[in-house]
Parts: sequence; structure tokens; C-alpha cells
Amino acid sequence: MREMAGLDEGTPLFAQVAERLAAEIADGGLAEGERVPSTNELAAFYRINPATAAKGINILADEGLLDKRRGIGMFVAAGSRATLLARRRAEFTKRYVEPLLTEATRLGIDTDELIALFKERSNERGGVAV
Amino acid sequence: MTPAISVTGLTRRYPDQVALDDVHLTIGHQTITGLFGRNGAGKTTLLRILAGQEFPSSGSVRVFGSPPAENQNVLRRLVLVREDQAYPDFKVRHALRAASFCYPNWDTGLASSLAEDFGLRPGKAIKGLSRGQRSGLGITIGLAARAEVTLFDEPYAGLDAVARQMFYDRLLADYADFPRTVLLSTHLIDEAAALFENVVVIDRGRVVLDTAADGLRGMVTTVSGPVLAVDSFTQGRPVWERRALGSQASVVMVGQVSGEDRERARSLGLDLTPLSLQQLVVYASGGSAVAGSLPERTSA
Repeated sequence: MREMAGLDEGTPLFAQVAERLAAEIADGGLAEGERVPSTNELAAFYRINPATAAKGINILADEGLLDKRRGIGMFVAAGSRATLLARRRAEFTKRYVEPLLTEATRLGIDTDELIALFKERSNERGGVAV
Repeated sequence: MTPAISVTGLTRRYPDQVALDDVHLTIGHQTITGLFGRNGAGKTTLLRILAGQEFPSSGSVRVFGSPPAENQNVLRRLVLVREDQAYPDFKVRHALRAASFCYPNWDTGLASSLAEDFGLRPGKAIKGLSRGQRSGLGITIGLAARAEVTLFDEPYAGLDAVARQMFYDRLLADYADFPRTVLLSTHLIDEAAALFENVVVIDRGRVVLDTAADGLRGMVTTVSGPVLAVDSFTQGRPVWERRALGSQASVVMVGQVSGEDRERARSLGLDLTPLSLQQLVVYASGGSAVAGSLPERTSA
């Protein structure tokens, strides 16, 4: 497999490009009002077809997360960080808690033990509030 | 708009075999298409016919709406780079100059920089080049021609992984600035996979798969784990292959895997591994029935 800056095999590349950009916006790496990389810049970075990169950008534009400024490029829309963080929060249960519970059940770890584990790890890491 | 390439009912017979058998194909402008298939499947014959170097036995071939054979209006807008391209008794410099006369969009600067990247000294005799350097020369000409239709037929005999990577990167970079219609036939499918907008698989002279490349990602998955769980998970889905050993089974299953599917697989203790494009092509080349269960290309 050619190195594609960490893109994986199982998901359409355009969706992965969109996801990466969204994550960068949510994490503040791309600030609101900032220009996002062009189709060609993304294609060169990820080593993918420019049409694929364009499709990824367009997903975010269609969702209103990016603004198109004619002749200049795409920019992170105002309010998109909050939108993306809210979305990520909504997915938190499904993406992290559910699989965790599935695996815990398979290993016979009950809820009390799980909560104890959380507290222990959290204290060791210097405290995410549990 | 007329498609860049349009092939209908194309058949090419040789005395002892049918190289192409009723091929239908439409290639849109400014796309990069991967052309895959086993040796002898008909890829080279198809590319040679598109380049006007060979004639159809029956059917029609149109490039920019016209038959390419003996048609200078089409042929000067088209370049075909072949594996082990033969050159006259030339120096590198002569080959590049000859090419510059053939192709109206030729870019001398790009040719020089590619030649340098591939280690081709202008004064070097072509017959003294290594196999890989000769491939490098073919690629240099194919890219610097900036032809509206650019056909690469296994262009990298003897090129190492570093040089191939350079080819892919230079192709993408120049394509981004000067979009054109590219067909690339290759066996090294996975390393080139992300270049392609569309993929076409030919098997025994027939097109068995013609679809958008990105749509294939995640479309076919290997499900492995305990036999009963695997069979219950894959029930009602198209299955390409099922293998079992003792209490373990591995099934190649077609269809998107949803978040719920993933969760269910996890609870059943199943492993889901997406098939790479290359693995997928191997199955598709094994029979048209297999490829029939994949999505068709919706737009040309």
C-alpha cells in the first residue's frame, strides 16, 4: 500500500478527507475564518485523485461548515467548530461507550468494576473529572 | 458533451483467440482510470486500438467523437506509453526533441525535470539505458506530452519502488495543474489505487467491472471468527468465498458495513477486514458473476 498520510483501506477516501478536515476544525487546528487547503494541496498531501479530495471538501461545504469565496477558495465557516463538537459529543456514546461495554461484558467486567477502573485510570492521568 | 473515449461492441479477433469480446466503455474527460486484468486479458489490445495502432474486428471506437485510426486530428492529442517501448538508435535528447514535435502541448521544462529525476542524461544513448531508465524515458514523454488522452500501459518495467512513487506523485501534480484523460494499466493495483477516479477490470476480453474507485472502498469485507457467528452475520448477503477450518470460518462478503454491523460483529467476536482494491480485482477477474454484485458506475 502506498503511503497516503494515514488514510485507511475500508472507507471511501473522500469521506476520510472530510473527516480529517472536520477533526482539524473541531480541534482548533483550522480556525474559523481560516482558508482550508485547496483540492490540489489535499490531493498532493494525501496522494489521492484531486476529484476525490474535491468530493471530501464539498461534503463539508454542503453541510455549511465551509464557505466558498469565489476565486479564493474555501474557508472555515463561523460556528462550525461548535457544530462539530456537538456532533462529536452526540457520537461519544456510540463510538466509545458502547464498544467498551461490549468488550467489558465479554470479559465479565461488571459496571462497578468498570467505574472503579475509570476512577483509577483517571487519577493516574492526573484527573479527567469522572 | 462527447465523452473523451467511447467504445461500443468492440471485438478484436486474432486467428487463434478473441482478444476483446464485445467491449463497451465510456471514459469521461479529465478523469484518471485504472485498467486492470490478468496477463492476456486484453488490456494492451484495447489501449493499442484506442491509440490507432491496431484495428477493431468489429464495433466502434471513438476518441473525441472520431475513430482514432489514421486520424491525425485525434492522434496528436493522444499519447500511448508502452511497457518496453522501442526507440530508434537515438540519444535521450533526440527522443525528447522528436516527441516535442509530435505533441502540441509538449512542455520542455517538465521533460527536463522528469528526465533529471529519472537519471536520464541528455547525451546518453538510449540503447545504453537500463530497463528502468527506459521506462523513465517513456514516463517522461508520456507526462511532458500533456496529451488530452494519456495512455500508460504498464509503464514501469524495471522501476524500483522509489521511482514508481515518483511517477505517481509527478502524475498527480501535473494532472492537478493540467487535467487530462488518463488510462493507466497496471498490476501494481494497491500502490496506485488512490490515483484512480474510476476502475475498469477486463477478464478474457470482456469488461467485468466498471465503477467509481472510491465506491469500492469498504464494499467487500472478510468476516472471520467462529463458524456459527460468521454464518449468522453474513446470512442474506452476497458471499464470494467461504472457507472453514475446524471451528473457525472466513467469509468474503459484499456490501457496506454499517456502524450497527460493526457493533454486532464486535459482540459476536468477529473480525472485519476490508478487501483492498487489488484483492477485489483478483476476485472480479475470477468471474463476471462476482463482479455483478458490485455497484455499477452511475455517471460516465
